[in-house]
Amino acid sequence: MPSIKKPPVAHPSLQPNTLGLSLRDYEGAMSTLCAGCGHDSVTAALVRTFFELNVAPHMVAKLSGIGCSSKTPTYFLTGAHGFNSAHGRMPALASGAAAANRDLTIVGISGDGDSLSIGLGQLCHALRRNVRMLYLIENNGVYGLTKGQFSASSDVGSRSKKGEKNLQRPIDPVLLGLSLGASFIARGFSGDKQQLVALLKAALSHRGFALVDVLSPCVTFNDHEGSTKSYKHTRAHRLTVVETDFVPPAQEVTAQQEPGTTLSVTLHDGSTVRLSRVPEDYDPRDRSKVFSWLEAHQHRGEIPTGLLFLDEAHGDMHQMASTVERRLHDLPFEELCPGSAALEAFQKDYH
Amino acid sequence: MKPTDVSTPEYYHKVVDCQWACPAHTNVPEYIRLIAQGQYGDAYLLNRQSNVFPGILGRTCDRPCEPACRRTRVDGQPVAICRLKRVASDLREDISHGLPWPAKVKLGKRVACIGAGPASLTVANDLLPLGYDVTIFEKLPRPGGLMRTNIPAFRLPPKVLDEEIEMIVNLGAEMRYGSPVTSLAGLLKDGGFDAVFVGSGAPRGKELELPGRREGAANIHTGIDWLESVAFGHVTSIGERVLIIGVGNTAMDCCRTSRRLGGRDIKVMARKTRKYFKASEWELEDAEEEQVEIVVNHAPKSFVVENGRLRGMEFEKVEWKEDARGRLTSTTVGTVVLPCDDVILAIGQENAFPWIERELMAFDKWDMPVVDKVTFQCTHPGVFFGGDAAFGPLNIIWAVAHGHEAAISIHNHCQGIPVTERPAQGMKTVSQKMGIHQWSYSNDYNPSKRSKMTHVDLRERFKRLDIEVELGFTPEQFTREVERCLNCDVQTAFRDKLCIECDACVDICPLGCLTITPAEESEAALRERLTVPARNTSQALYVSEALPQTSRVMVKDEDLCVHCGLCAERCPTAAWEMEKFDLLLPYAGAVTGCQKP
Ligand SMILES: Cc1cc2nc3c(=O)[nH]c(=O)nc-3n(C[C@H](O)[C@H](O)[C@H](O)COP(=O)(O)OP(=O)(O)OC[C@H]3O[C@@H](n4cnc5c(N)ncnc54)[C@H](O)[C@@H]3O)c2cc1C
Ligand SMILES: Cc1ncc(C[n+]2csc(CCOP(=O)(O)OP(=O)(O)O)c2C)c(N)n1
Ligand code: SF4
Ligand code: SF4
Ligand code: SF4
Ligand SMILES: [Mg+2]
Repeated sequence: MPSIKKPPVAHPSLQPNTLGLSLRDYEGAMSTLCAGCGHDSVTAALVRTFFELNVAPHMVAKLSGIGCSSKTPTYFLTGAHGFNSAHGRMPALASGAAAANRDLTIVGISGDGDSLSIGLGQLCHALRRNVRMLYLIENNGVYGLTKGQFSASSDVGSRSKKGEKNLQRPIDPVLLGLSLGASFIARGFSGDKQQLVALLKAALSHRGFALVDVLSPCVTFNDHEGSTKSYKHTRAHRLTVVETDFVPPAQEVTAQQEPGTTLSVTLHDGSTVRLSRVPEDYDPRDRSKVFSWLEAHQHRGEIPTGLLFLDEAHGDMHQMASTVERRLHDLPFEELCPGSAALEAFQKDYH
Repeated sequence: MKPTDVSTPEYYHKVVDCQWACPAHTNVPEYIRLIAQGQYGDAYLLNRQSNVFPGILGRTCDRPCEPACRRTRVDGQPVAICRLKRVASDLREDISHGLPWPAKVKLGKRVACIGAGPASLTVANDLLPLGYDVTIFEKLPRPGGLMRTNIPAFRLPPKVLDEEIEMIVNLGAEMRYGSPVTSLAGLLKDGGFDAVFVGSGAPRGKELELPGRREGAANIHTGIDWLESVAFGHVTSIGERVLIIGVGNTAMDCCRTSRRLGGRDIKVMARKTRKYFKASEWELEDAEEEQVEIVVNHAPKSFVVENGRLRGMEFEKVEWKEDARGRLTSTTVGTVVLPCDDVILAIGQENAFPWIERELMAFDKWDMPVVDKVTFQCTHPGVFFGGDAAFGPLNIIWAVAHGHEAAISIHNHCQGIPVTERPAQGMKTVSQKMGIHQWSYSNDYNPSKRSKMTHVDLRERFKRLDIEVELGFTPEQFTREVERCLNCDVQTAFRDKLCIECDACVDICPLGCLTITPAEESEAALRERLTVPARNTSQALYVSEALPQTSRVMVKDEDLCVHCGLCAERCPTAAWEMEKFDLLLPYAGAVTGCQKP
């Protein structure tokens, strides 16, 4: 924890965004995470993303569970709404918030422990429901907050700080998402902010559940030789595929399309993601192709990052459940709670 | 771009903007910290090492450090460096223990200094403790040069001047007052000196040869001579209506002095507009506060003299146009006569060396002696120049800086070492870490605005000529002001081998100073690639060696770093460290650390 607050000065040449807010307005409290934690870089990427997307902080709900990663929401967007759930229960809260107010931007921040161990069931069902949200997993292969036990994303053979080997097979959130039918799947790295900001922008513009797995090294418990989630290992084995260039709705897509390696996808809000460096035998819209390609590469120890899968056609929770268009707090009380007579009438149908 | 070399003092010195801009390289941030800790005497002595006259300069310095101060770039107003120097001087305890000592052993070498201004006094200050016999020839009855004769007492109390000159005289200088040197050749031949230092200043006020000049002479004064007469009590009054010609710093002292000697309607007449004035902004403000009127776009045409008495002055009213290349052209749009009782000419100073035989040394086409910019030696070996005598009128702090360099040359000359063999600057860096997240300097940014100097009430201040106008900072003011300093000498030192490229420093830096990026060939390209493009090219970029994991480089734009230390606090491997940089300045006979005395 730094000795002082970040000084209230900013570079005079920095321009405000279209809401008149500065980059610093998107920051949160001073981080209490370990110095050098990957999660803080993810925070910085989130700050930049929201600033550049001109998002009004009060239209954002930040939700998380328990873990160092789950502390992240405190460190960005002070002006947003936020709630910490019990360990692994963030997806339920996110579903509820999204159901109540479809105009909110829902941001769920979780860890590999929070999402792949105790909260695995919650994750699967929010994903199936296709809740419109950014679901960000800060993946470091350990339970950081409880001092570095192997997590469910730990690779076979990866060593703990004390030298012991992990023998259980990992749950890979990307392959899991593919098999469960997620409509947006990406993987980033906390050490590559340029890529991460583009992925986050695209994820926030996706209408549906946007799963973003971010390799975010735990500098204290999992950054040693023998770890497969360290800065060094990640850098040495990372593969950048399906590079993303996010173009907001009002702007024109100008860059040339290189045939074969580039393709553009228009999102529901009118923005465009331009995908380049797409491998020859790869199609980010073809679920089974993506699955086998990733499996083959990951089997070799490579770590593919980028916008790996995208399906804009799938309806989100509101469409599937035919929910009311308006935000629940805009409904008159009589409509929101029609009374016991209405309930009785409704229940009659089931007799 | 090549990796930055921080092993020589050059790079870090430049980061300390004030110290870099100060001709004498005063260690500003260190003395400000000493003031913050209540060590006023130590702050005074640290100043004295480099600038010799802290009390005088704390009131009068031209302060080239302040426009350079980093704080200006951060919040628009520099730290009040100069007036903090006055705080150290006013509040100093007994500092006699820290002053240089008179030499116990004499070297048997004799040095003559011509003139007892700040340049000569600095030479004496540096050479006397080494055992030189220094004789100062001064044509006037008292020492100080223009500091005594021209800087008015309401800006610089004589007591302050006397005390600081005494510290030097007490080292054993032989003072010969009322002793103008009338022939350098004579002095060289008969004086028996091993070296001569010419610190005679630029003693001649510029003339304005216009019709009526001779006829009106009784009421037309040359600024620097008139101020000298006032200083020695020969002139005690002036007419009610006074015109000052010229708008430099001398003009400001002339108009404010006139105000105290009976002037009521005082006009400072300028040929151009304010943008082109030579006077410092703060001197203009002080004059205007005393209801002196500054009249622009008036070019002097003639003196109006009736019946042998000056009645006024005629001016051409002019308009200026600036062309695309910034050159000015004027058109006359009319003439006007302004009535007055006295005129003071304050249009500049010139050098004059009627007492130097031209065959002794080379003079250039402007009739100035040819003086080497590094050694301060003229073409006659063993004769050195400094202060206003060397390259024309400058200011006190430059005179001091010249004096230090000339003293090194004189020492070399007397010891048989070539004067071109200059002792090098040194450096020392010390970690400021006291514990986890604890630093031995005040790293928190203080958002206070610059303190405003309070002045003696307008009704009071004209009662006597020597009422010091500035009251100095109150304790409340200076305890706040010292916290505005950004500790630019506490350097962010980087060890590339330790960096794991986690981005923690890049993310935390409040001013976007840091970037990890692929190396670039050209500096210009690199500047555009940074977290915030580095467009202030007067400030350096630090570029590391290739980083271990990706071979990218760490780049720091020095421009706006506030030395908050957060980069070092957030670095998990201590690749960043806050290190205090001490510039070790060479003086005659010694390399003196700019450290706490
Ligand atoms: C009105 C005015 C106001 C100023 N205000 C400031 C200010 O606020 N701050 C600032 O930094 N600077 C100021 N200056 C400039 C500053 O005073 C000079 O730059 C500085 O004093 C130069 O120092 P020096 O040692 O070179 O010479 P000087 O101070 O000029 O001293 C030269 C001395 O040599 C003596 N001398 C000359 N010829 C001979 C001879 N042949 N034999 C013996 N003695 C001789 C003179 O009598 C004089 O005492 C001001 C100047 C003027 C004119
Ligand atoms: C119900 C419950 N069980 C266990 C814990 C202990 N616990 C706290 S955080 C955590 C794991 C966090 O791991 P992860 O989500 O990967 O976060 P990280 O700290 O690694 O970022 C565990 C097991 C808890 N807080 N609550
Ligand atoms: S323990 Fe690990 S995950 Fe938690 S803050 Fe420290 S570095 Fe980050
Ligand atoms: S902030 Fe302090 S150290 Fe930096 S330039 Fe200004 S006075 Fe000097
Ligand atoms: S000390 Fe470090 S964090 Fe603070 S402004 Fe300078 S570079 Fe940025
Ligand atoms: Mg974890």
